[in-house]
Amino acid sequence: MTRERIAVERCVAAAVASSRDEPGPLLEILHAVQNELGCVPHEAVPLIADALNLSRAEVHGVVSFYHHFRERPAGRHTVKLCRAEACQAMNGDALADFAKQRLQIEFGQTRADGMVTLEAVYCLGNCACAPSAMIDGEIRGRLDRETLAACANDWGVPT
Amino acid sequence: MSARAPVTVYVPGDAGAVSLGADAVASELARECRRRELPVRIVRNGSRGLYWLEPLIEVVTAAGRVAYGPVRDSDVMDLLDAGLLDGGPHALLLGDIGNHDWLRSQQRLTAARLGIVDPADIDDYIAHGGYEGLSAALTMPPQDIVRAVTDSGLRGRGGAAFPTGIKWQTVHDQPVAQKYIACNADEGDSGTFSDRMIMEGDPFALIEGMTIAGLAVGATRGYIYLRVEYPHAARALAQALRAAREHGYLGRNLRDSGRDFDITVRLGAGAYICGEETSMLESLEGRRGEVRVRPPLPAIKGLFGQPTVVNNVITLATVPLILARGAAFYRDFGTGKSRGTIPLQLAGNVKRGGLVERAFGLTVNQLVYDYGGGTATGRPVRAVQIGGPLGAYLPESQFDTPLEYEALAARDGLLGHGGVVVFDDSINMARMARYALEFCAIESCGKCTPCRVGSTRGTELIDRMLTRSNGEHAGDLALLDELCDTMANGSLCGLGGLTPFPVRSALKHFREDFGRR
Repeated sequence: MTRERIAVERCVAAAVASSRDEPGPLLEILHAVQNELGCVPHEAVPLIADALNLSRAEVHGVVSFYHHFRERPAGRHTVKLCRAEACQAMNGDALADFAKQRLQIEFGQTRADGMVTLEAVYCLGNCACAPSAMIDGEIRGRLDRETLAACANDWGVPT
Repeated sequence: MSARAPVTVYVPGDAGAVSLGADAVASELARECRRRELPVRIVRNGSRGLYWLEPLIEVVTAAGRVAYGPVRDSDVMDLLDAGLLDGGPHALLLGDIGNHDWLRSQQRLTAARLGIVDPADIDDYIAHGGYEGLSAALTMPPQDIVRAVTDSGLRGRGGAAFPTGIKWQTVHDQPVAQKYIACNADEGDSGTFSDRMIMEGDPFALIEGMTIAGLAVGATRGYIYLRVEYPHAARALAQALRAAREHGYLGRNLRDSGRDFDITVRLGAGAYICGEETSMLESLEGRRGEVRVRPPLPAIKGLFGQPTVVNNVITLATVPLILARGAAFYRDFGTGKSRGTIPLQLAGNVKRGGLVERAFGLTVNQLVYDYGGGTATGRPVRAVQIGGPLGAYLPESQFDTPLEYEALAARDGLLGHGGVVVFDDSINMARMARYALEFCAIESCGKCTPCRVGSTRGTELIDRMLTRSNGEHAGDLALLDELCDTMANGSLCGLGGLTPFPVRSALKHFREDFGRR
């Protein structure tokens, strides 16, 4: 058994144990697994299914339904850029184009060097300070190209 | 000089203020005051809702609270040099922010404590009128609590505007032992943030409202379904729930009443559809957020098959005030069938965006120009979208519309959760119509065909229109209208059913944007 496999098993067992007495705990378990491992890996699905007496299809169906859950880990840095109306009203489209161009990836992609993941989100509830993004878990308002470019430079993303 | 009592400085911990650098301001202030040996107590309050002035900090002086803003961490040294802790004069000095026209002209009921209290301090909440509603409710038979809410005229602030008291009555009347209160905190509409502000800035109001709901309908367990995009709210709620339990306001035999009630926060996972109540219940049960067919109503068969009150954050956070001040007090605000106040959220391309709580009836013009001061870019306003991604776009010729449920319905729009997004004249409305359909395609749960397939076909149709020249797409327009009809009438829930609102309003008021440019 590989070390990764053991880590997944441990993590699932701990997540299941901490939510066992809760009704309908699947989302809670998936959150716990993703918080720990950075994603819900493929190997975790049958383990979770087994523990909750669900089919693999049911668990996979839930993982794939929600935009937040990922089956592969994100890059070292993540940019979640809001693409909803209030941010579009503040020239969010141009900012989105700039982000794609500077990071050299499309939305939903991770750079091949694993440096950055770019994701679209639909509203961070910061609509009076648009455009907004969540960069490495930190919320940013009135985001501009300069700030995004500075992040990319700091991370060493080649231009 | 003997040890001076620490000066209290409020630095918002609100996500919006944090997004503009409030955390850096707080740490710089703490560091610099330590260096200067100035004793301070930094309180991370909510936002007052004047976002163009955030981070807005307030110093408690002998003459009251003195505000400064917008403050950057690089301003802190300069502010301290200018006598910040005594409310000294400085270019960023705003004075008593409560007296600012923007706030003074509002009627803050639900948001009365927002930005004023320490959201982590239950005693501060109580000192500002908190838990008066629960105290009143504990002396009343459940039916009287329900009646007070019914009489207040409160309607669901999440978007559907269903009378809250009627929903509660249905749950109250179910002869079932296990019932639930499910708070919908999946505030996904673009342009809305009042739920977030309340959860971050006055979380006890929500907790108290849910507790009262539990007493009224006979539920002992509540869930807050919180969107994962709101980590600051999650932390504020966790802290407040812990304090409420420690002080006997939650849990077994709360306030020695012999009644039990407790609340669990469950995180969503980035699905807009889970703001739809039946989809939210599915998600709370750990499944895909697919919409349920109604009937049965959640009030009869809701969470885990039990009778469930499903209410939005603002709705529940308004309940304590109704119990504390009486149904008539609340009902006396507002107009027609829209009673009470509505926390409007002014967002997008606007000079002064933020939270405006007023009695129903304010017009779009008053909101966008008097409060908002026009666009942030300085260009003319072209449109507003009211009520989130499923709300209609209104052209300036309709800015006389009062922001209340019936008036907006009469203009083929909806108030939704009270978000108003402003656009300047650089916006292409055909692209916004396309976006509405694209968003529906991305977020559709897939259960019903009009929404799942219609949204994709609609996107393709608009793409085709945008590449043809004017005059060639008369057939496309008719087809798009027919598609909207199918979605509006054939969808299971509001996502597919209301997406035609933005699309049709764009077609109706901004027809010139469709066709090749």
